[in-house]
Amino acid sequence: MSAAGPLLDAHLVVDRGSFRLDLPLTIDPGEVVALLGPNGAGKTTALRALAGLLPLSAGHLTLAGRELDHPDRRAWIPTEHRPIGVVFQEYLLFPHLNALDNVAFGPRRRGLDRQQARQRAADWLARMGLTEHARRKPRQLSGGQAQRVALARALAVEPALLLLDEPLAALDARTRLDTRAQLHQHLTAHPGATLLVTHDPLDALVLADRLVIIEDGHAVQAGPAATITAQPRTDYVARLVGLNLYRGRATGQRVRLTDGFGLTTGDRHDGEVFVAFPPSAVALHPRQPDGSPRNTWPATIAGVQRHGDNLRIQLSGPIEVAADVTPAAAAQLRLAPGQPVWAAVKAAETRAYPAA
Amino acid sequence: MALLLPAALGLLFLVLPLVGLLVRAPWSTLPQRLTEPAVLTALRLSMQTATLATLLCLALGVPLAWLLARVRFPGRRVVRALVTVPLVLPPVVGGVALLLVFGRRGLVGSWLDATFGITLPFTTTAVVLAEAFVAMPFLIIAVEGALRGADTRYEEAAATLGAGRWTTFTHVTLPLVAPGVAAGAVLCWARALGEFGATITFAGNYPGRTQTMPVAVYLALETDLEAAIVLSLILLTVSVVILASLRDRWTGG
Repeated sequence: MSAAGPLLDAHLVVDRGSFRLDLPLTIDPGEVVALLGPNGAGKTTALRALAGLLPLSAGHLTLAGRELDHPDRRAWIPTEHRPIGVVFQEYLLFPHLNALDNVAFGPRRRGLDRQQARQRAADWLARMGLTEHARRKPRQLSGGQAQRVALARALAVEPALLLLDEPLAALDARTRLDTRAQLHQHLTAHPGATLLVTHDPLDALVLADRLVIIEDGHAVQAGPAATITAQPRTDYVARLVGLNLYRGRATGQRVRLTDGFGLTTGDRHDGEVFVAFPPSAVALHPRQPDGSPRNTWPATIAGVQRHGDNLRIQLSGPIEVAADVTPAAAAQLRLAPGQPVWAAVKAAETRAYPAA
Repeated sequence: MALLLPAALGLLFLVLPLVGLLVRAPWSTLPQRLTEPAVLTALRLSMQTATLATLLCLALGVPLAWLLARVRFPGRRVVRALVTVPLVLPPVVGGVALLLVFGRRGLVGSWLDATFGITLPFTTTAVVLAEAFVAMPFLIIAVEGALRGADTRYEEAAATLGAGRWTTFTHVTLPLVAPGVAAGAVLCWARALGEFGATITFAGNYPGRTQTMPVAVYLALETDLEAAIVLSLILLTVSVVILASLRDRWTGG
């Protein structure tokens, strides 16, 4: 976006014996990047390294042209001198200060006098629609209000890099919906770089311009949300976006999967590919179907779960597949674990894309 | 039953002396006794020295507690053990030790005397030092416990907002552990108020200068039993008030 290059340019390497984070990361001014991954993937480690709460073992971290951490060159800027703002998972509002003084804390530390700091804090609280709660202590605020005070506190120092650690995880479902919408507004308005750490794909999809999927300390996939949701490259991402995902070798429309099973797809490729299709593309039949579907195979029902208005059926057999069927269809088929069925997927409903 | 009887005896053993104190108190002459100049002088001196000793303990003990709770350094366990020594050391031994260091010919005392012409033993300052020596571990242990219990993530949050170590300590950590510091200070003050052994050894027994309440009680015992009882009653009352003020924290409500 910016001609001057990314605002944040980092290669975060943190070695902790059994666990190693190795994550290249760049963020442009005004860009919101979501770091999405399962628990223990290294998301919080990355955030703490960016904030200076954890030193890098190797790699580098440059923000707004300033080298914050570069072990090879012995460069290190401590947390309190970094142009960052952090919204912590449980907000960590200072319990002995009211909302106004919590927000004024950062500006005060960064050189404003008491009067100016309070004015800046009042402005931010007004922007968050919290003016009438300025004198309240954190324990007198609701979860959604506390979240907005925490966001105001982080933004009041006008950080070059805003870090958010699971900003909506502590909220109930109803509050989360409203707060997510407001958060989206404020993140859009933030001129600096934003990194959102989350395990909730919905937060990532709604709030971020770009996703970085992290598993076991490594980025496994990165790009705009649309690309990632359409073309998952790991089982974790496939589960997040609700797709069946397989890897194999393509010859034209025919793909031979790693375990020998063959699928016919709608796309033509040659070489290593991923094949993905949604559970709704899988049809179940009591007997071997005849007619158009090119992909049919006998399977066994391994499990049945509610999924929205439908039932999601887990199938075992030559490949493991999730299938969505309507309750009516399920009743007709008398679906129960252990029962044999025939599964069918139309080639036109599968997508293949290169794995390399 | 095998446990109830000794339990009852134990309770009796703890309570009976206090009851005896109340029974033998010269209630009819109490008002005059309480306003005797000697009693008031000792009371005032005790309050002043205990308060000064507590302030000294706060100024030195809180940073020491922070060091023990927050900073990893080699020999930390040794330092923690050293800090608690005055807790188990007989106060008289503490008084002797203070005398050897701060006495006119002591390690530090001779230097103070030669450089500034300051003599510490048998002065009110000596009383404060003796009380602080004995009472400081109470404060340090209470504050260290509070610091260990405090959530250090608030300190990380302060750092991300631009606060250095000192600002974080004064603006975030200290307010968070304020209840612990207050409880430690009250305990420390109570211990300082009751200090006898180290005081009489290091500071002696000069009315108005070093004769605190416990010292006065001890001396009155030989000449005027009623006066000793009255002074003891005052100390008992102070103890009960302190216990009541710490009720929620120490006796579980």
